[in-house]
Amino acid sequence: MQKTYYDPADLKKFGKISDWNEELGKKFFDYYSKVFEEGALTEREKSLIALAVAHTIQCPYCIDAYTGDGLQRGITKEEMMEALHVAAAIRGGASLVHGVQMMNKVNKLDM
Amino acid sequence: MITKSLHKRESELAYSKRQLEILSNGIFKNGDLPIFSKKIAETNQFPLKAKKLEILQINVGYMCNQVCEHCHVDAGPDRKEIMTKETMLQCLEVIKKTGAHTLDLTGGAPEMNPNFRWFVDEASKIGVKDFIVRSNLTIIKSNKKFSDLPAFFKSHNIHVVSSMPHWTRGKTDKQRGFGVFNQSIEALKELNSIGYGIPESDLRLDLVYNPSGAFLPGNQASLEKDFKKALFEDFNIHFHHLFAITNLPISRFLDYLIASDNYEDYMYSLVEAYNPTAVKNVMCTNTLSVSWDGNLYDCDFNQMLELPINSKIKHISEYNEDLLFNRNIVISQHCYGCTAGSGSSCQGTLA
Repeated sequence: MQKTYYDPADLKKFGKISDWNEELGKKFFDYYSKVFEEGALTEREKSLIALAVAHTIQCPYCIDAYTGDGLQRGITKEEMMEALHVAAAIRGGASLVHGVQMMNKVNKLDM
Repeated sequence: MITKSLHKRESELAYSKRQLEILSNGIFKNGDLPIFSKKIAETNQFPLKAKKLEILQINVGYMCNQVCEHCHVDAGPDRKEIMTKETMLQCLEVIKKTGAHTLDLTGGAPEMNPNFRWFVDEASKIGVKDFIVRSNLTIIKSNKKFSDLPAFFKSHNIHVVSSMPHWTRGKTDKQRGFGVFNQSIEALKELNSIGYGIPESDLRLDLVYNPSGAFLPGNQASLEKDFKKALFEDFNIHFHHLFAITNLPISRFLDYLIASDNYEDYMYSLVEAYNPTAVKNVMCTNTLSVSWDGNLYDCDFNQMLELPINSKIKHISEYNEDLLFNRNIVISQHCYGCTAGSGSSCQGTLA
């Protein structure tokens, strides 16, 4: 067993998940490729969404992959950081908006 | 920001022998990655053979007004290798009889060769279907004596191919030097103003994109779309096509890869992105590279690595197209740069 939970080299082995279930693996990767094709959104926009989500779910593999993908697409570091702030704002907002629940409870119980 | 070539700095990477050692040792020697000849043999593509010559690429000297971080030529103001008029005369004799449809002048900044304009005049008289000059753009703005270059190019119907690593100032200046972006934009506006790069115009203006770091270029068509949109919206600039070119791990880019501890990862990414379809069209199979001193190479990269052509004919003065046909191409691990992803050549992607 490896001594750390994450190894950067494992990212390259992602495709191997199909070895233990070819049918579902294939369906997943077909879906994955289709999702990132240009549609109503450009591939570039999708790459930035992926980068922001990667940080939200704190997936080191995804951060590695979509930082590299962004650079290849000519996405600037300023654009990447703005995308991360969107993720951070939603995460922070998600905590804070529950403050209304806290306030409701306090207002109900407190004299 | 670097200001001197590896040669001037007396770096060990100024020597092609040292570069070739690095490219053959380590991960390739211990078998972690397959050497290029083995890789192409897997798809029965070894040895690579020269096909019909289509592009004659002449490097008229390594002197340049810029010192770009990634330059595979190690060009700069301190490089003194310049093609003489005598060698140019030998090149003109070859241009008269070649079957190649494209003449591609490169450098350094080719315009810095004192005989550049004479050479272009003479080559134009012979008649070339596609006459490319690889101009770095800033040369036009660098000195008054170069300011009429756009008009000169136009008068000879030169196909201008210019480097532009990004549509933003920050990324461009980081790779090519402070102030390069603004000067490039000014030069592009001037070229546009006389008809270069305008849609439907016959005056062709193409841009070359090299990644500004240790990563491969993205999809050429997508990048072209993004470049066109940004340069038009921000500066009202037009151009025809974008060539996305992979940085090959030699010279200053190799120096950068090693210094930034990216060399092994970069070689892994090149090998993982290996595309046998790109091998079929690699530029060394239809291009011949002539160095400033008249020696012949399979490509500009081999020229910089001092890997001479595998033929009895070694110099432009001995030129014989029939004997050069079907020769074995000289390869090493840097060749992975031309076969990664969609492939890479001086004319952009291959597959």
